[in-house]
Amino acid sequence: MTSFRCHDLAIVCTLALFVAYPVRANSADPQTIVLASTTSVENSGLLARILPQFTKETGIEVRVIAQGTGQALATAAHGDADLVLVHDPEAEAKFMASGDGLTRQEIAWNDFIIVGPSADPAHVTGTRDVVAALTTIAAAKVPFVSRGDKSGTDALEKRLWKAAGLNPAAVGDGWYRDIGGSMGAALNAAAAMGAYTLSDRGTWLSFGNKAGMTSVLEGDPRLLNRYDVILLNPQTHPQAKQVSAQRFASWLEGPNGQAAIADYMIAGKSLFHPEADPKP
Amino acid sequence: MPDILNSIRVAFGLLVGFDTTLLHVVVLSLTVSLSASGAATVCGLPLGAALAVFRFRGRHLVILLANALLGLPPVVVGLGLYLLLSRSGPFGRLGILFTPTAMIVAQFMLVLPIVVALSHRAMVGIWRDYGDDLLVSGASRFRAIPHLLSIGRLEALTASLAGFGRSVSEVGAILIVGGNIAGYTRTMTTAIMLETSEGHLGFALALGLVLIVISIAVNACAFGIEARARRVTPREAA
Repeated sequence: MTSFRCHDLAIVCTLALFVAYPVRANSADPQTIVLASTTSVENSGLLARILPQFTKETGIEVRVIAQGTGQALATAAHGDADLVLVHDPEAEAKFMASGDGLTRQEIAWNDFIIVGPSADPAHVTGTRDVVAALTTIAAAKVPFVSRGDKSGTDALEKRLWKAAGLNPAAVGDGWYRDIGGSMGAALNAAAAMGAYTLSDRGTWLSFGNKAGMTSVLEGDPRLLNRYDVILLNPQTHPQAKQVSAQRFASWLEGPNGQAAIADYMIAGKSLFHPEADPKP
Repeated sequence: MPDILNSIRVAFGLLVGFDTTLLHVVVLSLTVSLSASGAATVCGLPLGAALAVFRFRGRHLVILLANALLGLPPVVVGLGLYLLLSRSGPFGRLGILFTPTAMIVAQFMLVLPIVVALSHRAMVGIWRDYGDDLLVSGASRFRAIPHLLSIGRLEALTASLAGFGRSVSEVGAILIVGGNIAGYTRTMTTAIMLETSEGHLGFALALGLVLIVISIAVNACAFGIEARARRVTPREAA
């Protein structure tokens, strides 16, 4: 009759070692805060670039949960984040009105662009009027990829279609494709389908799979993309780490944070303007 | 196919290069999936064996449930656990959402049914062959469970490795409860998701190849240990 022997013990010990592996820092540590943010500031590499500088100056570690603006605000409303950095003015206003937010401050901006196949089958290039361009794309029935994920970009896209007096989702003849995914997923899909899509400039510039796609429209003032940092209301969210969150927000708004944002470039191009830069 | 060839080259570079960021991601991946599958093994094997040894009311229901849960969708487990662990949920006070602990819990829930169902199925056959001997030699049914598992340890290992395979390849649950935080809850699978969405498809594929190599290495280690064990105590001696 066999019984458990040394090797079994060895296996169990090895497993136990992994179970006991120190799971770094617990979430009650005031020196770590959770930032609910949008995929655009994460995917563009901005946060990875500026956060080490903030941590070096203050010793506060920022953990970033990158989600669409809608989901990021929901995460914060559930009490699972210490502050938010998002880009959908309408959704943010609702968040403030519901008593979840305490202060809201713009920290950076850039713009949205329409990207599409280099061949530009809907002949959009040349116009600066984004609503006219969307109308043209709809009339030509060239594929258009929509995020469809309640993100800030998705919300703007829906507002632009509304301004054009169109409801493409209701038409259902196949050219309007709601992929329900991140900006990167939408760009990958657009590249694969030869479709147009609305993208924030930061994600587009840092995107690695542009495969035959180019920016076909930019410069319409309606395509302004502002990023706001929102501190949570301590009355509704007593668990939020107010002090550290406040320090991070102040840093972003202050000279060091603004300089770090302005300095972030890819291939010589700025991805984000500091808040004080004049808007178009 | 130049893309794929290039990915293989990049993957090889990553494997020999020991990039510290990647190393951290790999260690976290292994920590989370080995912890989850280890804990599920410790709980699941005795459970699976007990289901083979004991006869009790509701036994068939438990077996049916374990088998049905083999196909548990990770994203549903992630979402359910998110609602439980959220600050506004019943276990919010624990403060473990968006930590590796939450990821281990999520994967434990995914792996447990696999270990229970697979070990039960194997132990039924072994109990049929050895059960009478085990009981005749004076052990109670309860005390027979470790012996049964020892006899069927190759099958037990297979169940455990199937669980590990599920956890190390899983992304849906840990993305929701872990949050894919750089340097803290980013694992191989969530990093692959992120690189894909950043359009770095070649690098994402290279990470995938690294993950496959690691997974093969873990399985090879486990089977290596088992093979040595078998040389020491062949089953026939039982």
